[in-house]
Amino acid sequence: MTDATTTGDAPVHTAEAEGVRRRDFINIAALSFAGVGAGAVVIPLVTQMNPSADVLAEASIEVDIAAIERGQSIKTSWRKQPIFIRNLTDAEIAAANKTPAADLRDPQTLAERTKEGKANWLITLGVCTHLGCVPLGAAEGEAKGDYGGYFCPCHGSHYDTAGRIRKGPAPTNLVVPEYAFMSDTVVQIG
Amino acid sequence: MSFPWADDYKPKSEFMQWIDTRLPLPRLVYGAIGGGYPVPRNLNYFWNFGVLAGIALVIQIVTGIILAMHYAANAGLAFDSVEHIMRDVNSGWLLRYAHMNGASFFFIVVYIHMFRGLYYGSYKAPREMVWLLGVVIFLLMMATAFMGYVLPWGQMSFWGAQVITGFFSAIPIVGEPLRQWLLGGFAPDNAALNRFFSLHYLLPFVIAGVIILHIWALHIPGSNNPTGVEVKAPQDTVPFHPYYTAKDGMGLGVFLILFVAVTFFMPNLMGHPDNYIPANPLSTPAHIVPEWYFLPFYAILKAFTGNFLWIDAKLWGVIAMFGSIALLFFLPWLDGSPVRSAKYRPLYRIFFWVLLADVFLLGWLGQAEATSPIVLLSQIATAYYFAHFLILMPIIGRIEKPLPLPNSITEAVLKGETKTGAPAGREKTGREAIETPSPIIPAQA
Repeated sequence: MTDATTTGDAPVHTAEAEGVRRRDFINIAALSFAGVGAGAVVIPLVTQMNPSADVLAEASIEVDIAAIERGQSIKTSWRKQPIFIRNLTDAEIAAANKTPAADLRDPQTLAERTKEGKANWLITLGVCTHLGCVPLGAAEGEAKGDYGGYFCPCHGSHYDTAGRIRKGPAPTNLVVPEYAFMSDTVVQIG
Repeated sequence: MSFPWADDYKPKSEFMQWIDTRLPLPRLVYGAIGGGYPVPRNLNYFWNFGVLAGIALVIQIVTGIILAMHYAANAGLAFDSVEHIMRDVNSGWLLRYAHMNGASFFFIVVYIHMFRGLYYGSYKAPREMVWLLGVVIFLLMMATAFMGYVLPWGQMSFWGAQVITGFFSAIPIVGEPLRQWLLGGFAPDNAALNRFFSLHYLLPFVIAGVIILHIWALHIPGSNNPTGVEVKAPQDTVPFHPYYTAKDGMGLGVFLILFVAVTFFMPNLMGHPDNYIPANPLSTPAHIVPEWYFLPFYAILKAFTGNFLWIDAKLWGVIAMFGSIALLFFLPWLDGSPVRSAKYRPLYRIFFWVLLADVFLLGWLGQAEATSPIVLLSQIATAYYFAHFLILMPIIGRIEKPLPLPNSITEAVLKGETKTGAPAGREKTGREAIETPSPIIPAQA
């Protein structure tokens, strides 16, 4: 037998004690190989949980806003999430602009949250940034909260007329989705 | 397992002998829940609740497997398939109501089981592992119950899924992608419903596996008992069978009467009417609350309304809610008192009842609307919950002067437990301390 003979219970050869034995090398190489393989197997097991292609492929929507009067708002659905489109009154715009943005939890002005020249159109996700309930205030007769905007009944978050968080546990303002005015009366969301 | 005087298994027939030498399963059963497992002789009815929890799990698995035969895990069909079970499937109403109320009864017995452990110090050395595995079972139960509640795809199902997966979006940076990964979409939908169904079917079997570890870990030191004094000699124990099989059977009878009474006569007592409205992603019910067994934790979540220490209110709420359960993992090391049973801990006993009242208060606050006095009360009750474990428990363990312990279980039993108590200096224990041998000791003792 040569010095390659290294059964488990064989005494360690002096030559081997100095360096890496062939068996150590094989062990490490084999385990590393298997480890990389096992790691690669985990990838599909994890990624299958992510939103699938049909969920992601949901096209952008076009909404006709001609019928929304000043002071009214509508609820529509985009990516299975509610969208609020609100035609603000002059008083609501004034109320939103009166508040210094720097004092807010999530500082933003109304102008930053609307399109230029369209400051009366407030378009936000109808998803409370706390834990995802749909806030009230978009439909006729619903509570609008202490600041005249939206009120989330789940955990008591109050949003102002610019959809900004003013009171309650929600950390950020209502999300403004990507959108563009196709014409004066049609808006494309997404 | 267990004590040296445990009765050895003796096969009664040649056939059992043949089995025993090939697959000693009857031997395992005999030693685990039969005549071969000695148990403290003084267990009270609070020790029934472990067995009751096991039976509740069996009820859930049996009814659940049957419901899965009639249920359709598809966002378009789920609600109708549950109504189909209720109206068309033979005995379907019974099976679904049993499953629905079975979940509540599972939590009722597990909460009593946990508070039993808290009162009698069952989490202390050498039973820490039993306690830790129990907390793992509790967490698995909560996950299973939550996912099961989503399956009927009613309004509460949908918004419960929305809110609870929303917890994960509180985590900085990775939160929102993590939430989308969990849901398989931007909001709860078909993908989420399907995976919840898959996991809801899987987790009860994981729970069963952890229960086996829980019982295995229990059978190393054996059960705690109302005195908290360890078993010292054979006369302190009786065989599990027939003594505790009979006692557990009695408790089981009472449990089943209550369970079927609610299932038959008030099946929706612990449910929410809103869940009989099909899920509507565009409208949140005016008042969403989780199932009753989550209410204390929900109150803790809601108690945080302001940002402080650079962490926003939402993340604080989520951290506190998970923390209130994670805390239980540290319980064996937070309580430094060497005395187990609250019966001999006059100070701890008071705070135990205060904690229980606090948890009930949190439960009530959890279902109340988030108006001003409710929020403040929730904050106080939440602060007290954490203070109980993190401040009061360690301090009480240090300053409390416990009452004198009985020398042994047998002494406590024979002298009447209330008057028990050896003189403070007396340390002789076990057989020396006993005048009268127990009449029910097996001869081999």
